[in-house]
Amino acid sequence: MVDVPLGVAGVPLAEVEDVELYHPKSWLTHYVFSQDAKIIAVQYSVTALSIGLVALMLSWLMRLQLAFPGALSFIDADAYYQLITMHGMMMVVYVLTALFLGGFGNYLIPLMLGARDMVFPYANMLSFWFYLLAVVVLFASFAVPGGPTGAGWTLYPPQSITAGTPGLAWGIVMMLVSLMIFIIGFTMGGLNYVVTVLQGRTRGMTLMRMPLTVWGIFTASVMALLAFPALFVGAVMMLFDRLLGTSFFMPEIIEQGARLPYGGGSPILFQHLFWFFGHPEVYIVALPAFGIVSDLISVHARRNIFGYRMMVWAIVAIGALSFVVWAHHMYVSGMNPYFGFFFATTTLIIAIPTAIKVYNWVLTLWRGDIHLTTPMLFALAFIVTFVNGGLTGLFLGNVVVDVPLSDTMFVVAHFHMVMGVAPILVIFGAIYHWYPKVTGRLLSVPLGQFHFWVTFLGAYLIFFPMHYLGLMGVPRRYYEMGETAIYPPSAHDLNIFITVMALLVGAAQLAFVFNLIWSLRHGRPAGGNPWRACSLEWQTSATPPPHGNFGKELPVVYRWAYDYNVPGAPEDFIPQNQPPLAGEIASRAP
Amino acid sequence: MTIVVAFLAILIGVVAWWLSTQRIMSKPWLEIGVIDEPPGVRPPPAKIGLGVFLAVAGVLFALSISAYSMRLQAADWWPLPVPRLLWFNTGLLILASAALEWSKVQSRHADLDGVRFGLIAAGVFTLAFVIGQLMVWRELVGEGYFLASNPANAFFYLMTGLHVLHVLGGLVALARVTSRAFRTDEARGDKVSGERGKLRLGVELCAIYWHFLLVVWLVLFALIAGWAGDFFEICRQALS
Repeated sequence: MVDVPLGVAGVPLAEVEDVELYHPKSWLTHYVFSQDAKIIAVQYSVTALSIGLVALMLSWLMRLQLAFPGALSFIDADAYYQLITMHGMMMVVYVLTALFLGGFGNYLIPLMLGARDMVFPYANMLSFWFYLLAVVVLFASFAVPGGPTGAGWTLYPPQSITAGTPGLAWGIVMMLVSLMIFIIGFTMGGLNYVVTVLQGRTRGMTLMRMPLTVWGIFTASVMALLAFPALFVGAVMMLFDRLLGTSFFMPEIIEQGARLPYGGGSPILFQHLFWFFGHPEVYIVALPAFGIVSDLISVHARRNIFGYRMMVWAIVAIGALSFVVWAHHMYVSGMNPYFGFFFATTTLIIAIPTAIKVYNWVLTLWRGDIHLTTPMLFALAFIVTFVNGGLTGLFLGNVVVDVPLSDTMFVVAHFHMVMGVAPILVIFGAIYHWYPKVTGRLLSVPLGQFHFWVTFLGAYLIFFPMHYLGLMGVPRRYYEMGETAIYPPSAHDLNIFITVMALLVGAAQLAFVFNLIWSLRHGRPAGGNPWRACSLEWQTSATPPPHGNFGKELPVVYRWAYDYNVPGAPEDFIPQNQPPLAGEIASRAP
Repeated sequence: MTIVVAFLAILIGVVAWWLSTQRIMSKPWLEIGVIDEPPGVRPPPAKIGLGVFLAVAGVLFALSISAYSMRLQAADWWPLPVPRLLWFNTGLLILASAALEWSKVQSRHADLDGVRFGLIAAGVFTLAFVIGQLMVWRELVGEGYFLASNPANAFFYLMTGLHVLHVLGGLVALARVTSRAFRTDEARGDKVSGERGKLRLGVELCAIYWHFLLVVWLVLFALIAGWAGDFFEICRQALS
């Protein structure tokens, strides 16, 4: 391990104050209560991936129930709703958000910007422990009387806190408390990510030289900081309604002839608050994925990213626009048709910057020297999947098309494609890409290829037929189709097919888990820069990067992060910290 | 939700202005060599962090105000009386804010006694404010305005509660800064300047946070007292 200088000694950069690093003194502060962003990143990632496996198993149970109703005796209607709710909430908040921002954000932001660590390491550590506490509370709701809440991941009142919904006694309280803890923890982490990007960049690293991964994570963090308060307020109010008898969201309700003590609240208010968080949340997950995919494609196609400026502007534009589209989740809530018109328009406008990004990815690939490595396969699969899911988004963004499709399997298929499968493909790609930096060893290629093809093709076999089920009118959230004559027998067969595929794809993830563990010891040594990439995280003094990330001196940045196949350069890539080559300045003059 | 969208529009405007100063029109693929930042002092990370946090807290309050204004239109809204004590509490919060501002000025003049006095005065006024708010709650409960009896009550307790929680969080920071102020000794060699800098920064951050809380409180107070109702009415007519 390289010694990191304390204080400012040995750092020649007058402009950048070196942070006073916290130096761990014991095993406990080194690996458990660590303030090193890299360790925190691994803690976040391992926790989130484990929750992902649990949520995957919950989806197996749901699929088994849908294909073979009654085959599993312990799944009744209540249990099914609990499975749906926990699967959705875990995947969206505790897996995707935590993995992209807490995991990749913590690992990549300081390394890619040439910083020694995050600016507030202590808050960063607290952020992870709050996250873990939120997870513990969430999982504890499986053990409380009545079980977890079955209100659906959107938790719409009044049904989420009236009798008949499972988990009324404790589950909903645990869920809301867990979300509040998560949001407090995230705020501490999010402040770190944002301020580190603003303040922690090394000399020469201007905003327009940051890799797109950092742009994506940065913008998503800003959005999350501004969007999560809506969920927080909604959760506090619902907790008041549930525990203290207020009526923020509860209208007058007559239950079995008896009037409940509630009255005068507005369930629509919760929908507004929830989706004011919920829609940006889609892009909080998507923007880091966009950024990471841009980098993966550029590195593995050995080409500079096409339209870097446009990519940055598109990320920022998507981030801003995503705050004025939330009500497209509420077309069937009985709102004013003019609102529907407004939100349909903004929703369709968001397609423009998104399409710009897709074009730029494709144009980056055009005539590139494409290496079909495992990360590249996942990145390519993401583009295809995201376009597919995005196209059905155009259907659902239009009020007249959305109304008949609302609450059908079509919606389930759409959001699983665009916000489930697509970001997870990026997560896999990113893990295959950065695992060598984290551990110093490459993941096994044959296992990776197997994992990729089963996951990619399998996901399509699961979610493509689901669109047809939705068009037939099969509703979502029903725990069995029952003996309804309107669905042809083929719909039942399709359901069974989807379930079999879901089981296979889920089981194939074990290959990935095995690969992660096995390669830790037996993977091929990677060296410092196995993909021959330009960005700073590959130019560290040692691999895995030591405490303090870089050696005695912080790198100085002389160029952007995408100098691949520059004519006249000795190699097909020029690292960001490579000073100008002879004659290079003249040849690049605009 | 108009209010929170308007608040976000302001934030987005600030971000857009800031981005416009960051050379986002440059063509990084043509620029080789070190690009140094324009000369000037980088603000300390803690100050930027506080700014970002205030934006987050601002969204939180803007959202509750949005919800309040949506709910205000319903027929079963019976506003609470405004306890006199709220005026007194408002005065206390203004005094606390002023004391911190004074302390900030003193910290620039390197007057340690002044700084300490300002910090302690701010702490006392703020504690008195918190106790005052608790007394307001007790008074209202005593008169039968329970949390659950009307939406107006629920919003009153929710918003004042959120505000008091933020004040309490600020008090923790204030206590740390105050203890630093008493640890910082005037004549102790070269380490003093660093300690001084930290103290000055801490006092400044506290002052910023207190001014923010004061502004939030004035807005909330205006809402609770019902002056904002007319304002909302005007806005609604202008928008519809």
